[in-house]
Amino acid sequence: MSNLIAIFFSMALINNLVLVNFLGLCPFFGVSKKLSSAFSMGVAVLLVMLVASAVTWPIFHMLLEPHGMEFMRTVIFILVIASLVQIIEMTIKRTNLTLYNALGIYLPLITTNCAILGVAFINIDKTYGFLESLVAALGAGAGFTLVLIIMSGIRERLDLADTPQAFMGTPISLIVATLLGLAFLGFGGMI
Amino acid sequence: MRSLKKNFSRGIVRANPIFILLLGLCPALAVSTSLDNAVGMTGAFTFVLLAANIIVSLLREQIPDRVRIPVFIVIIATLVTIVDLMLQGFVPVLSESLGMFIPLIVVNCIILARAEAFASKNGMIDSIADAVGIGVGFGLAMLSISLVRQLFGTGSLDLFGRHLFTIPPLADNPVVFFLLPMGAFFVVGILLALFRWMGVSRSE
Repeated sequence: MSNLIAIFFSMALINNLVLVNFLGLCPFFGVSKKLSSAFSMGVAVLLVMLVASAVTWPIFHMLLEPHGMEFMRTVIFILVIASLVQIIEMTIKRTNLTLYNALGIYLPLITTNCAILGVAFINIDKTYGFLESLVAALGAGAGFTLVLIIMSGIRERLDLADTPQAFMGTPISLIVATLLGLAFLGFGGMI
Repeated sequence: MRSLKKNFSRGIVRANPIFILLLGLCPALAVSTSLDNAVGMTGAFTFVLLAANIIVSLLREQIPDRVRIPVFIVIIATLVTIVDLMLQGFVPVLSESLGMFIPLIVVNCIILARAEAFASKNGMIDSIADAVGIGVGFGLAMLSISLVRQLFGTGSLDLFGRHLFTIPPLADNPVVFFLLPMGAFFVVGILLALFRWMGVSRSE
């Protein structure tokens, strides 16, 4: 149990997906302009990440590994994730229209989000068990959502600030990410 | 001939994938800690982009329009697997230090974007020029980021085991910050602002 908690916090804070592993930077800079859309994007990523880890783990360990086809993982995983996103999108559209309207436009973007594929690879590389993979995905998604929300909060304030012309937009966001990453270094001593 | 030149030069400055379009930032930030990594990543990236552009441009009449994106993704994923296995076999050290970011080339938005926006609408020769141009632009961006990070982070410059030069005061007290993940954000942010200030790219 304590092992699972350690994995969760390690993925969420210490080895944060965005700030330490550099995964999912496109949505981090693209969708962090408004707090509400940042939250929706975070939840959508968390959801897909969890389902993707739950599906790719058995595929790798029960299908590819016994047949010695580990090298096929890139091709198989990307196909599985792409179709998974489609299925999740259709399911949400049928069952919960409010949620679909909130998440709808973000779901297709997630297919080419390296965070999802990255977490699937991390689970395999660290030889996590099934339950550990799920917790790792949950932690990674939670950490992603947290950073995205913090970032959008800062950027909403930043719009009102007097930024030098050359730094407007992305450059200043990168500098903010630097400071955010330094702050997250403080979590390093936690475990 | 003129269009070839235009397609080639577009990717280098005017539509530089990293500094102007801000696409494919993940590998640019993650593996830019040393010049070796930058060269290795550029090589792997350019190979996949070039081969994907050639295959897509040759098959563009055959691929049905409705399933073109999944087809592009399978082509790219296969090429990435080839590069991954080649690197593991021939340069295991490089493969080790680039790690997960080689298989992650498959979700690099630049490659899919070029297949969709350029190679599926143009012939093979133009697609080759386009891919090489984008590859050079990506490489220049990678080299400039990793040059700053390696120089300030270690105080000296090495390229594939060959020592280039050392700045003694900096080598004694290297600014480790530049090698940390945050250092990457900082360097890219400053470089972006610098290019805008010099007027290479436009401000928002």
